[in-house]
This record gives sequence, structure tokens and C-alpha cells, in this order.
Amino acid sequence: MSLLSVRDIGIEFGGVTALSGVSLDVRPAEIFAIIGPNGAGKTTLFNVISGLYVPKHGRVELNGEDVTRFPVHRLSELGLSRTFQNLQIFFRMTAAENVMVGRHLHEKRSVLPHLFALPSTKKQNAQTRTKAEELLAFVGLKGISEQTAGNLPYGALKRLEIARALAAEPKVLLLDEPAAGCNAVETAEIDEIIQKIAARGIAVVLVEHDMRLVMKISHRIHVLESGRTLAEGPAQEVRRNQKVIAAYLGKHAGEEATHA
Amino acid sequence: MTMQTLLRRHGVVLGLLALVLVLPLVLPSNFYFRIATLTFIFALAVLGLNLVMGYAGQVSLGHGGFFGIGAYAVAVGPTHFGIPVWAALPLGALLAGLLAFLIGRPILKLKGHYLAVATLGMGILIAMVFTNEAQYTGGPDGMSVPRLVLFGWSARGPITWYWISGISLVVAAWLAMNLIDSPTGRAFRAIHDSEPASGVLGVNVARYKLIAFVLSAVFAAVAGAYLALYDGGVTPRTAEFLRSIEFVTMAVLGGLGSVIGSVVGAAFLTILPQVLTVFHDYEHVVLGLLIILFMMFLRDGIVPTLARLIFRRRS
Repeated sequence: MSLLSVRDIGIEFGGVTALSGVSLDVRPAEIFAIIGPNGAGKTTLFNVISGLYVPKHGRVELNGEDVTRFPVHRLSELGLSRTFQNLQIFFRMTAAENVMVGRHLHEKRSVLPHLFALPSTKKQNAQTRTKAEELLAFVGLKGISEQTAGNLPYGALKRLEIARALAAEPKVLLLDEPAAGCNAVETAEIDEIIQKIAARGIAVVLVEHDMRLVMKISHRIHVLESGRTLAEGPAQEVRRNQKVIAAYLGKHAGEEATHA
Repeated sequence: MTMQTLLRRHGVVLGLLALVLVLPLVLPSNFYFRIATLTFIFALAVLGLNLVMGYAGQVSLGHGGFFGIGAYAVAVGPTHFGIPVWAALPLGALLAGLLAFLIGRPILKLKGHYLAVATLGMGILIAMVFTNEAQYTGGPDGMSVPRLVLFGWSARGPITWYWISGISLVVAAWLAMNLIDSPTGRAFRAIHDSEPASGVLGVNVARYKLIAFVLSAVFAAVAGAYLALYDGGVTPRTAEFLRSIEFVTMAVLGGLGSVIGSVVGAAFLTILPQVLTVFHDYEHVVLGLLIILFMMFLRDGIVPTLARLIFRRRS
């Protein structure tokens, strides 16, 4: 059974159709990539799935439950987490605190014990911090936990967002261009992290421009163009799909590829 | 928790406690006790404002109104409703919190300048009620406030109020520091830096903005009650628009998101006008100029900027 199910999504902004008739299903432990040229609607689709945009058409289901109009924070409770293409870091907080915010749903949230720093709150703080340190180590950011996030390099922030999203213990993790702006070494590290996450049984939905990374790690690929589905299937299949090649390299190149 | 955060957290509260304990040894007269007491009272309100502005990042130009509710509660309650002063004080704080809850729910949906204007309107409305409901509040002339009497002991004079306000400020700082380093405080700070990311991680953004707003209103109301009890009277000027602006200036000048900054900001704007009286007619000009200069050269506020300078030199 699919964990995340997107059915016939349509959304428009000021009369311009951004997405139309997009459907997809993602299974547990699957690495599912969404690719497409710039402006194809990949990030818009992510924003619809994670509840930041309300679609005009269609619905989003998590574990069989229709969550289309749920407020953003409720989706997190149901096991959805994500990272952002244009980093959304809590840049005034330390790296560890960023990840600790990710534990929010797993913490007791009554305000009075927090105000008086009751032993239960202190104990919980210590547990949350331990968990945050573990996750920082998991994404390869050991030893920077006390640094202010705003002072960290770009590559570290990309991984910090992944650690923070994982802290929520999601069942579905949306990664919006996790390797953007990363060098070859960093990309290889991200590659490894993503595979480890999927190995834990988490469904990873990936928007990424680095085709080598996408082709290497994705179980299935969904191709968008101008807000519509162009193709979907395993990497080998999508790679040979004429329409996909044409969309990426222009029509002429598509024809050449078939002749070759 | 690491040693560093442990020190930072308790350091602030202990430092403040030390200040409150030591200051009486060097304050030469009742006049100076009065200045110190006013500083503590205003710092209490600014500390609350800092929770919503400095930590949760939601501007309020109406906290003078909540300050006024606390002040009028200890005036109106005992005079018109026979409520003892000691009970009127927490009741006023509760009332301010309740009002913040009711008003905050709709207006905290607004962002930035729009929220600023909405809170400004709220503050002005509250002040108008104090001016216009003359049968209860004495109108523009205000009314007198009975003494706070606890177990037959009457709280009066600068030295008594120095201790009441000073210890209260230390307790408030302790509460604020606790909160900041808890899931609630982390949610505040997360909302300040990125609302989309906070929501995606399960933080109920609207709820935490409201919690910060309500808490800050309670802090302001307690401070307002202290001022009214200390002064023995209250007028609509206690709650006027300029009061709200003064609080915001104190918070920004001392440093948004800094507990010590709240105290320094309050001290700055309480002490400086006293010092500047040597400039006679130009007092306000010099004060304004100083504020502009401080904001230009210590943009993040006095305490955060200095802290960063000291930190950089050390490393």
C-alpha cells in the first residue's frame, strides 16, 4: 500500500496553471524522485503535499487519510516532514537547537512546567538534546552542535535541514534539492545519507537537479513538465523516454537520441 | 546540557540577583532608590515584551494598554468592588492575559507592519477606556491607589518597593530563561526565524504566537500594578501610547531577544532622562540623538552587540 498518495492535483496562481492532473504514489522505504525543467512545478507540488498551498483540484492522502486541507502542523503529526530548497534555517539558534525544534511533537508541551523548569522539563530537554546530537552525527555534522546556525557553511545547512526533518520521525520525507550547491564530495555524502534514511523504512521524495544523483539512487522517477506529468517509472526507463529527453535537451536532441 | 549553556542560563539570573542585592549598598539616597525601582518595574514589562517581540518576533505597539490594565486593576478593584489589593493584582494580570488571548487570536494572524498598527490601535483603545469611563477611573485626572497591605504590613516607600520590584524582576528573569530553553521557547524562536519551517516540524504557529502574546501581557500588567501601587495613584498617562513606544524603545535599545538587554534598555531610558536634566530645554533633543546614535552603532541593541564584541576578542 502506498504511504503517500497524490491524486489529480491541480493548482493555479492568478489564472496561470502551475500543476494539472498530477498523481503519484510513494511506498515505504522507497526513494522517489520528481524531476523536470525549471518551472515545471516541482517545488509547487512539494508545497501542496506539505500543506503550504491548498490545491484547487485533487487530494493528498497520507496513509490512506485525506489530508488535503489540513493545517501544516497537523501533517507533521501524521508523519510528513520536509526540507526547503531555499533554506529555512532557524539561523539565530544553534545547530543542536534547530534539530531540537524538530522534536517538538515528541515533547510534552504544557507551558507551566517549562516556565518553572520542573525536573520533568529538564529531563526532557536532556533527552531531546541527546537525540539532536545523534541526528547531527547521522548527517555528518558532529561537533558543531553549539555553533549558531547562521554561521555555518551552506553545505552544512543543507544537512542540518535533513537532520531537523528527521528529528520529527517522519514516515514520508520530502527533500527539496538536497544536493543543490554542493560539491562532488558533499553530494556523495548526501547520496549516502538519503540511502540510509530509506533503509530505515522512510519514504523519501526527492526533487533534485543533479541527474547523476537522481539516476543512481532513485527507485522510481516522476517527470514533470509545465505542471503536467510527462513520464513515471524506474530510472532506466525514464532515462530512455523520448519525451523526457526532448523536454530536457530540446526536441531535436530527442529525435537524435532515438536515432542513436 | 553543556557547561556553557548551564553557565549562560544561571549566570544571567545570578548576575541580576547580585545586582539587586548589592545596589542598595551604593545607592546614596531615596531618590536613587526610586530610579532603581522604576528601572526594575519597567524592566519587568520590557522582559515580557521581549518574549513576544525579541523571541517570537511579533511586534506589539500596544503593551502600554496591558500595563494600564494592571495599574487600574489595583485602583478600581479595591475602590469600587471591594477587592483586596493583594487579590486585585493577580486579577488584573489575569484580565490582561484574557484580553490578550481574545484580541491576539484574530490580530496575530497579521504580519509585520499590519500587526504593529493593529496592536497600536488596541493600546489606544484601552487607554481611551481609562479616560472615558470616568465613573470608575476618575477620567483624565486618574485616581488614587490604596496601599498594598500584606499580613498587616503596609508596603510603602522607595526602599520597600525596591525590594519587591527587584526580587520580582529576578524571578521574572528566571521564568523567562527557563522558558527560552524549553520546547515552548524554542518554538517561539523558530517562528521568529521561519514560520514555514516551524509549521512543517509540527509547531502550531498561531498557538505559540498567542502564548507569547498572553505571557507578555501578564508581565506588563504585573509591572503596571507595581507602578500604580508604588506611586499611590494612576492616570491614563500610565497606559498612554507613549508608554507602549517607550517599552519598544527599551526592548530594541537594550537588545531584542536578550533578558539582560531588557534590564539595560529599561535602565537606559529611566536613568538617562535624569542625567540629561543638565541640558535643561534640550533634554529631549539630546535623548533622541543618543537613541539614534546607539541604534546606528549598536544595531542589535546594547547587550547583544557588546556580548559579540567581547566574544570575538576572546576567540
